[in-house]
Amino acid sequence: MEMKDAKRVEITIEAPMETRLTDALDGAGVTGYTILPVMGGSGRSGRWSREGQVSRAGGMIQIICIIRPDRLDALLEAAFGVVERHIGVVTVTDCSVLRAERF
Amino acid sequence: MVLVDTILSLAAQNLLSPIILFFALGLAAALVRSDLSVPEAAAKTLSIYLLFAIGFKGGVSVSDHGVDATLVLSLIVGLILSFLLPFAAFGLLRVMTRLDALDAAAVAGHYGSISIVTFAAATSVLQSQGIASEGYLVAVAAVMEAPAILSALWLAARFSTQAANEGRAQDSKGLFREILFNGSIVLLVGSFVIGFLSGPQGLSEIESFIVAPFKGVLCLFLLDMGLVAGRGLRSSAHYLRPGLILFGIVMPIIGSFAGLVAASMIGLSTGGTVLLMTLSASASYIAVPAAMRVALPEANPSIYLTMSLGITFPFNLTIGIPLYLSLAQVI
Repeated sequence: MEMKDAKRVEITIEAPMETRLTDALDGAGVTGYTILPVMGGSGRSGRWSREGQVSRAGGMIQIICIIRPDRLDALLEAAFGVVERHIGVVTVTDCSVLRAERF
Repeated sequence: MVLVDTILSLAAQNLLSPIILFFALGLAAALVRSDLSVPEAAAKTLSIYLLFAIGFKGGVSVSDHGVDATLVLSLIVGLILSFLLPFAAFGLLRVMTRLDALDAAAVAGHYGSISIVTFAAATSVLQSQGIASEGYLVAVAAVMEAPAILSALWLAARFSTQAANEGRAQDSKGLFREILFNGSIVLLVGSFVIGFLSGPQGLSEIESFIVAPFKGVLCLFLLDMGLVAGRGLRSSAHYLRPGLILFGIVMPIIGSFAGLVAASMIGLSTGGTVLLMTLSASASYIAVPAAMRVALPEANPSIYLTMSLGITFPFNLTIGIPLYLSLAQVI
């Protein structure tokens, strides 16, 4: 089966920033992404959890995006404008995809 | 002496109410690292129920008693209090603590805004004492949610360093629309308007859903708040220096006095005065933290969430509300 190289970008960011980040991605022409809830974790700013309603402000979400390697810079530039000052992690890994025409 | 006795007696009564005991249970469970938790979706449903019930009953009360000039004055007073209280809080924080200007501005914003659950707890205490209050105080609560955020942003822009200010304008874009139309405000105001339009007849149709179960749902929500407060205290206790703890107790008392003066000026009833004092004394833990994460990301969330939820909320719930009730009755 034919596989194509792609980049997998994972952005973990504060829940209140979700709309701003997806708006920035949409603006950069990145229209394919998946938003995942994140259970909880720990980082430089301490522990956090998504349990309970009042934790929403301190909760995090993750946005996963699989794109063609030549579009990576545009995505990172758009994302950087939003995530630069905020708590979070951005990682880029190599991956392979089936049905490359979909990316 | 009589005032102190009244406060102590009310506080003792209050401490044994189920809502306080459930909060204490949540707090204790989190502190002993129990795996007890309220799932996010369940907690959100409880919160939606509370906002819907509080708003609807407030609207019905206004529909029943009519609209008067005090309503408009109360809204204006609420707006002014929410704008001004962060300035008092900021000044106090700079004197009492070593917080930098940015963290102080973020914390100050929380103390100008309100906690709707503290408001609900105060309403519940008034009901148990048979004291009536103006239903439109619910609308005042909605009005007081947002202005404090503007004051906090202004304080941050005015007193924090230029480097931290860079990029803030970009993040603040769209923030005010989000604040004004955030889910809590839309539901609270919307339910208030629906309650006002449908009146006592509308209430009788859904009374079994929003009146009788209200306290039970409030207990469950407070269990969740106790858990969140306990987790916050456990993980962020090292931020709580004596100055900050003292501020978390002194500031609500100052806020309540501002509320008391404002309520006396516009002629609110004893119950209404207690509710305005409670609103002025309470600190936000949902709307303002979310806004601060967007607009002031360099401010430390562990400080303002722990202050609001771990210090001021329990203080208001246990000692604050009986204190405000006693003062309002005396004055």
